[in-house]
Amino acid sequence: MLPKAPAAPLAEPRGVRGKSRRNDARARTHPAYWAFVVHRVSGVALALFLPLHFVTLSQALARPASFDAFLAWTHQPAVRLAESLLVLALAAHFAGGVRLLLVEFVGWRADWQKTAIAVAVAAALACTLLFAMSA
Amino acid sequence: MPRRGPAVPSARAAAWRFVLQRASAAALALCVVVHLATIIYAVRHGLSSAAIVARVRGNAVWPAFYLLFVVAVAIHAPLGLRNVADEWLGLRGRGVNVLAVAFGLLVLGMGLFAVRTLAG
Repeated sequence: MLPKAPAAPLAEPRGVRGKSRRNDARARTHPAYWAFVVHRVSGVALALFLPLHFVTLSQALARPASFDAFLAWTHQPAVRLAESLLVLALAAHFAGGVRLLLVEFVGWRADWQKTAIAVAVAAALACTLLFAMSA
Repeated sequence: MPRRGPAVPSARAAAWRFVLQRASAAALALCVVVHLATIIYAVRHGLSSAAIVARVRGNAVWPAFYLLFVVAVAIHAPLGLRNVADEWLGLRGRGVNVLAVAFGLLVLGMGLFAVRTLAG
């Protein structure tokens, strides 16, 4: 039988907006904390890039000449670097996201966590290098 | 009818957000593998407007793929931004929810428009 639901909603932990919610310094030395930060930052970057990506695609493909002029503009080293960083963000968010799905739905095992993070980092870097060397 | 406990208005919504975030993540995992492979293939074989249009219009599978991609990302991105706004900026409540939905609709609309332009 399922346990009874609590009679009252669980109260928000005390100090949830205060300092007690912050991790202490030890948590920040763990690779999983940095995996979390990378996932967050790459996710925000990708979300903000999306509208720009769609505008470029839809406007420029209606006018192929201007799209090809835009592609020529992207051959500058600084734009290439920015593109490589976007590919890195996409690959890192993907690899880190697969790791999270495995943790949540397959199971968490202490001896796998650092290895899984290392595999995700390697996959993201490999994708980015493949892109950067191809571009 | 069983008596319901005290109202917890956000619990059900939070559960749905969790499910939608993970379901869209699973769809996106497949989409992003294909997208990354396509990006690398395209830049190695010469990226141009003509090449993209020829690829996407050559096969009905590509527009269907991008349709799934756009819908999944329009669900996933606003939920992620909402979490970041909540946990890192302390912004929560109705205003943030409205902004997140608006962002999702913006991404959906722009993405569908781009797919339509590509697919012709």
